Amino acid sequence: MTWKTAAALIGIAAVAGVAPAAAEGELHIFNWGNYTNPELIEKFERAHDVEVTVTDYDSNDTALAKVRQGGHGFDIVVPSASYVPIWIEEGLLLESRPDQMENFKNVAERWVDVPFDEGRRYTVPWQWGTTGVAVNTSVYDGDPNTSAIFLDPPDELKGKVNVVPEMSDVMFMAVFYVGGDHKCTDDREILRKARDKLMEAKQHWLSMDYGTTDKLASGDYPASVNWNGSTFRARLENPDVVYGYPKEGYPIWMDNVAVLADARNPENAKLFQNFIMDPENAALISAFAKYGNGIEGSQEFMPEEMKNAPELDIPDELQNSGHFSTTCPPEVNELHTAIWTELQQ
Amino acid sequence: MAETARRRRPFSIRRQPGFATVAALCFVILYLPITVLVVYSFNAGVSIAVWEGFSLRWYAHAWQNDAVQEASIRSLIIAASASVISTVVATMAALATTRTAPFRGATVVYAMINQPLMVPAIVTGVALLIVFSQIRVATGYYGLGYLIIAHTAFCIPFAYLPIRARLENMDLSLERAAADLYATPWLTFRRVTLPLMLPGIMAGAMLAFVISLDEVVITEFVKSSGQDTLPTYMLGQIRRAVSPEINAISTVFLAISVLIVTIFFFFSRRRP
Amino acid sequence: MAVARVHAPDAVENGASLRAAERVEVRRRWLMVSPALAILLFAALGPLVIMVVYSFLAPGPYGGVVWGFSTEAWFRVLYQRDIFDGTVSLADAHLSIFWRSVKLSLITTALALALGFPTAYFIATQPQRARGIWLFLVTIPFWTNLLIRTFAIQEVIRNEGLVNMLLIWTGVIATPIQMLYTDFAIMLGMLYVFLPLMVLPLYASMEKLDFRLVEAGYDLYANRFQVLRRIILPLVKPGIIAGSILVFIPSLGAYVTPRVLGGGKNLMIANLIELQFGQGRNWPLGAALSLTLLVIVTAALLVYVRVIARSGERLG
Repeated sequence: MTWKTAAALIGIAAVAGVAPAAAEGELHIFNWGNYTNPELIEKFERAHDVEVTVTDYDSNDTALAKVRQGGHGFDIVVPSASYVPIWIEEGLLLESRPDQMENFKNVAERWVDVPFDEGRRYTVPWQWGTTGVAVNTSVYDGDPNTSAIFLDPPDELKGKVNVVPEMSDVMFMAVFYVGGDHKCTDDREILRKARDKLMEAKQHWLSMDYGTTDKLASGDYPASVNWNGSTFRARLENPDVVYGYPKEGYPIWMDNVAVLADARNPENAKLFQNFIMDPENAALISAFAKYGNGIEGSQEFMPEEMKNAPELDIPDELQNSGHFSTTCPPEVNELHTAIWTELQQ
Repeated sequence: MAETARRRRPFSIRRQPGFATVAALCFVILYLPITVLVVYSFNAGVSIAVWEGFSLRWYAHAWQNDAVQEASIRSLIIAASASVISTVVATMAALATTRTAPFRGATVVYAMINQPLMVPAIVTGVALLIVFSQIRVATGYYGLGYLIIAHTAFCIPFAYLPIRARLENMDLSLERAAADLYATPWLTFRRVTLPLMLPGIMAGAMLAFVISLDEVVITEFVKSSGQDTLPTYMLGQIRRAVSPEINAISTVFLAISVLIVTIFFFFSRRRP
Repeated sequence: MAVARVHAPDAVENGASLRAAERVEVRRRWLMVSPALAILLFAALGPLVIMVVYSFLAPGPYGGVVWGFSTEAWFRVLYQRDIFDGTVSLADAHLSIFWRSVKLSLITTALALALGFPTAYFIATQPQRARGIWLFLVTIPFWTNLLIRTFAIQEVIRNEGLVNMLLIWTGVIATPIQMLYTDFAIMLGMLYVFLPLMVLPLYASMEKLDFRLVEAGYDLYANRFQVLRRIILPLVKPGIIAGSILVFIPSLGAYVTPRVLGGGKNLMIANLIELQFGQGRNWPLGAALSLTLLVIVTAALLVYVRVIARSGERLG
């Protein structure tokens, strides 16, 4: 008798579970891992009575692959600037016209008319930053401001460097390291040298994984290719961690919030885009992941420790080594992808 | 021989030198990592290197974690549905394929039913990814159905085998006796066969339930947005974060598994 | 259901109606088995066929496929073309991944056997009542989630983990030994995860061991080692093979353990397959690699079935 009632209960639970959620609206965000402030999400949920889910990815390529394969169910995605034109060209983004939204006036001047999304017809700034290297000074206390940390590791770091699997950043630094003068150079000699250098350096790498923030703090990664904000957070946990700006050349990037063309909740997605252009909310985003944001007026809401952090304040002598990471023309992109695929296997 | 002269205890034909030591080592190896995991789930501090005192804070943390709650409920729903459906379907299949003269295609059927056991999970996972993403785009359905049917499919052999074993060991004379007493086939089935099969069915259902609960590879590839099960959530956390909260969740999961195994063990001990 | 109904009448009529009854019976059985087959066809077998189709297509630019026949994927399984000068050579990366998978799986199986054999023997030679408890103790890790067990190993061998902390505390080393994210970590993880799978079939075989044969061996002046080698080992061979297959095959197709413990750099076959559906953006290649793995595993299984059948004949 008892197991029959149990079966009935299970049946009811099963049906109830498969039925749609009870919230007024839904929003499914696809964002980088450890990059979304839960407070921000809660604030948005309460303000608009929307149930939000956040799924994460570890690289631009993973995001693109996942969405491209179809049937993903996301509404919002946060690609880097160098990938946005690809997303637009593939027809994956909805032209949500953030430039017509209420909070658009808050977007900082320099981030309005950007080459990857002229006039901001698809995307809204999320955060921006630099990519460099993070080193645990108790393992190696030499100069961290060089790509040699992962491309020609010093003896103390051989077998101890992690490389984040983000193609555009790693290729950028590799191309500059072997003498290229811009990321999208189509000089095949330079690209061949970059490929050879990467393959040669790979034997000295510890791993090619993400999750760098916690692992740098815990000592699982004595060094890693990493983004500035993530290194900042690691340093807060472990003061031995230092961020290096590779003097050979390092990328400046921006991640942008876009609505997917096949989003099932486009209205809520647009509400979200508008929501994050508010200075206070933008500050919430930055406070969590410790990166700069593109919204004017958010400075006053940001936490104290971010004001003079070395990860956010590029030293004068290294200013010129930083270049904005742009989208490369298809042929160059194909070469990068081929090199990257060879490297990953 | 010199051996027997040296030993003071009686010569045992069963003893082999060193085996007991290795066995002890084996048990230590099997239990040490899990014990460490459980112990550190009670660590008040964050770092696994430093023990800062006993605390339940990570359990509280995990309990309040929305993502964990959702993932757990989803896991339970999928496991319950998959186990019920696969057990029912496997029972029918077992009845159809046992205690009969081999009919044409019987071996093929048997191979098909057991196929999920022989195919690596990664292969099934990507195959389903390919098929389901097309169906998702075509039908616009994004629900749990894909996960449930995927789990049901690979649970079928796990439910089938215990039921079949039970069925094959059953005594036909009881059913013949029922027929002699003018019982209809359906009545015989309901009152005689089914109750006799029950231990096998229960074993199959429990096995299917646990297998579904634990499954991570196929689920990782089949799930769509926001459809984490507890194992896939944990996989993401393990790769990314370094927090004893994962230890806490693992310990709870562990406790549930041990509970089910213990029940199962006693269940199977009671029946001769 | 095989509840036979016997009627009385004459032979000819009986034959015809029995055949008809048989046909009805067979049809009923097919009907009963059809729901299981339908589910399996849809969510287990059918997709494999579709994957074969996909392995002969061309990859789309950002994932997905382009509907045109191409054998490029199968070519890429074993060969590669240099990006810059187009020279064709063996795909070193793939081959090293295949080799790593086979090598680590073999080592894991061997170590599992070395550890598991004495353990199973120990349990099998315990008095009847104690055996149940020992079995229970072996079964618990077996039922623990694979992910949890992999995580447990990670916690033990991390730079901040148990082993390193112990070694540093006792002064044996000054800085942590890097154990995580190496081939060693993967092998250790697989050994830990699959060890119970070796012990249980071995135990099942040893439980049936007739110790009178062992006693006979001793009576004939054999020493312990000879008894082990000449009597016990051949008798438990089915268990050894079953256990080995149960460890080797899942190790070959392992996904979770290398993903967590390998650090993304030490790939095994399953991770290579996953890569094609992610950053690798080559679904046809992923499909081809999956089918390759399936063929290898099926071959191993067939070998097992053969050996079991033959050894069964010899003993039977």
